[in-house]
Amino acid sequence: MAMAQALPNDGVMRAADGTPLKVALARAERAEKLKAMALVLPLFAFIIFSFVVPILIMLYNSVYDPDVAENMPQTVVALKSWDGKDLPPEEVFAAFVADMKEAQRNKQTALIGKRLNYEMSGIRSKVVATGRKIGSIEAAPYRDQVIAIDKVWGEPETWATIKRSASDYTPFYILSMLDLRQNPDGSIEAVPADRAIYKSILARTLGISLLVTLLTLVLGYPVAYLLATSPQRTASILMIFVLLPFWTSLLVRTTAWMVLMTDGGVFAGLLHLTGITWFLNLIGVLNGEPQLFKTRFATVVAMTHIQLPFTLLPIYSVMKTISPTYMRAAKSLGGTPFYSFIRVYMPQTLPGVAAGCLLTFILCLGYYITPAIVGGPTDQMISGFIERAINSENNWGKASALGVILLTATLILYYVYNKLVGIDRMKLG
Amino acid sequence: MKKFATLFGAALLAGSALSAAQALAADDLTITSWGGAYQESQRNAFFTPFVAAGNKVTEAEYNGEIAKIRAMVEAKAVTWDVVDVDTQTALAGCAEGTFETIDWGKLGLDKSKFIGGDVTDCAVPNILYSTVAAYDTSKTQAPADLFEALFDTKKFPGKRALQKSPFVNLEWALMADGVAPADVYKVLGTDEGVERALKKLDTIKKDVIWWESGAQGPQLLADGQVVFATSWNGRFYNAIKTDKKPFKIIWDRQAPDWDWWAIPKGTPKIDGAYRFITFASDPQRMADQTKWISYGPANKDSAPLIDPAILPDLPSAPDNLKTVFYPDPQFWGDKGDELRERFNAWLAQ
Repeated sequence: MAMAQALPNDGVMRAADGTPLKVALARAERAEKLKAMALVLPLFAFIIFSFVVPILIMLYNSVYDPDVAENMPQTVVALKSWDGKDLPPEEVFAAFVADMKEAQRNKQTALIGKRLNYEMSGIRSKVVATGRKIGSIEAAPYRDQVIAIDKVWGEPETWATIKRSASDYTPFYILSMLDLRQNPDGSIEAVPADRAIYKSILARTLGISLLVTLLTLVLGYPVAYLLATSPQRTASILMIFVLLPFWTSLLVRTTAWMVLMTDGGVFAGLLHLTGITWFLNLIGVLNGEPQLFKTRFATVVAMTHIQLPFTLLPIYSVMKTISPTYMRAAKSLGGTPFYSFIRVYMPQTLPGVAAGCLLTFILCLGYYITPAIVGGPTDQMISGFIERAINSENNWGKASALGVILLTATLILYYVYNKLVGIDRMKLG
Repeated sequence: MKKFATLFGAALLAGSALSAAQALAADDLTITSWGGAYQESQRNAFFTPFVAAGNKVTEAEYNGEIAKIRAMVEAKAVTWDVVDVDTQTALAGCAEGTFETIDWGKLGLDKSKFIGGDVTDCAVPNILYSTVAAYDTSKTQAPADLFEALFDTKKFPGKRALQKSPFVNLEWALMADGVAPADVYKVLGTDEGVERALKKLDTIKKDVIWWESGAQGPQLLADGQVVFATSWNGRFYNAIKTDKKPFKIIWDRQAPDWDWWAIPKGTPKIDGAYRFITFASDPQRMADQTKWISYGPANKDSAPLIDPAILPDLPSAPDNLKTVFYPDPQFWGDKGDELRERFNAWLAQ
């Protein structure tokens, strides 16, 4: 064609220099977009470093397990060809002696023992004691000499445990947090009942959270209604009663509950004065004075008190947006007050209820300090066990696995909730 | 842009000035102990004079958790320079390389002058304390023996405050269940023995408030929350002498143990740590500590310097030793982790 110099006639709008207008516009806007991006960048970086990275590390730690592989390198290699049926061959024992001597020199035997003890209770002390005595073994044959130090080395199960923990990655921590364990042959079975505590701890955590959420809803909903429908002056005074505790530190409020709940304390005195103690004794629920301190009751009461504003405030702000004309219309169409409230008013508050309950429930799942202070040993929730795994057991794998369980449970609940209620219906105000 | 560069330069300068200041204060020692009345006695007897002698001390507190020290050492971020540990922690930590090996020559001290000086290579004995039970004489009748106090909930209804730890509790439970004191560790060394002890503790599980820091036992007793509390004898002594509480210590089956100074491995201030331990091992200063708490100094040279008035309150007083039970620190150094884990699982059920 003879239109070499002319612009292609393809219907695209072009700028003066011939570039398509769309491209030119995008180019001009890119700089602006980058500037806008720069504004969110700090938050973005903050979230990456304070949230995403730690969670990834936690997920990694829950399956990462290098202690045995690092400290018993030769044994681990020698065990690869062992069939797991009988005692391992002499080479394995020779490698074991060499590894243990090295570990003893570097004072790492306790680390090996600690890791093996997670799966074989009681072996930690045997590993440490073996490390102290291993220096006396100088020449082959190794097998009988090792078994002579402690007969635990004469049991195939011990070697199966070492073989199983030889990999850098293990499902062990996650499994044990579900009260499961791997058999020597790799199949999965439940742990003995006296060691199975984690499923009940998870159930307890979910149960307490659910109960507290329901209580805050039952207590908070009418108060929110009162706040939303009272005249401005009354409402703002009432609001102070809700907000004052909300602004007080959680630790202070929990400690206050501790003082109120002590045996023979204010709460017990109140029950006594009002005759409730007498009545409960009469119907046989109670024998003598109530014991409230370090109980589930105290935990739930204190948590409900702390969480109340979190449920109440979203409901209140949604209620504020509901026009009173709806209720008037319902009544004018012949609805009884109760029927109108249930059919007209309540459905409109649901987004606030949903938001408030979800907020409270998820916050409750992570409660740690309140159960620790006012609850007994059987009222501790998952976070308490995470703290203990880190501070008093130094077991990061277990702490991470508990974190993973808690995260998974929260995500599943969020998913179910989203299916049932719909997250787009949630309103914070 | 230039302004930004100037700012950046200023920040760098400030940073280097800060690190220079930190280098100067390199001997600011962090000393960790068990808090409460015990740490106060150490403050009066050692820390304050040590600071007066031109050193810097930052105090920290813990409840004896070896995991906290291990975590620091394993992460190579040691921030505690000297730690007051019990014997099982000293032994366990020594076996796994958590503590520095003590160079007695560098301390300038004679090991043989210290009671228990040769028990471990990794710590310097400091005091002798004892785990005991006590009650409030204004509210509770005297029990016949320790086992009646802890386990007879019919005769003494009400709660008991016990340490949230298997140490001594398991031994007491076994003895209360009829095991002879000499056989306690033979029995406790087996799984069945541990279950037997826990089964005995099951009988009072719902009547126990578990304490974690040493000050809680006397506090729960003072508040009337419990009829009997266990703690370390010096804590009760302090409540009796300083706070004028009508408490009485049950010396039956008292369980004596040492406390030690240990140095977490890898502290950058090891010279300062040695200087402090030498300072705190002075016979006169150790004798002075008994003015504030009833623990026996481990330095034999301190004995003649102690005020005789406190002697009957020490765990080593002949009257208090009649039915003493000596715990086995080696047993706990080896098996402590396993038993704590089992105990914690039992608690959570």
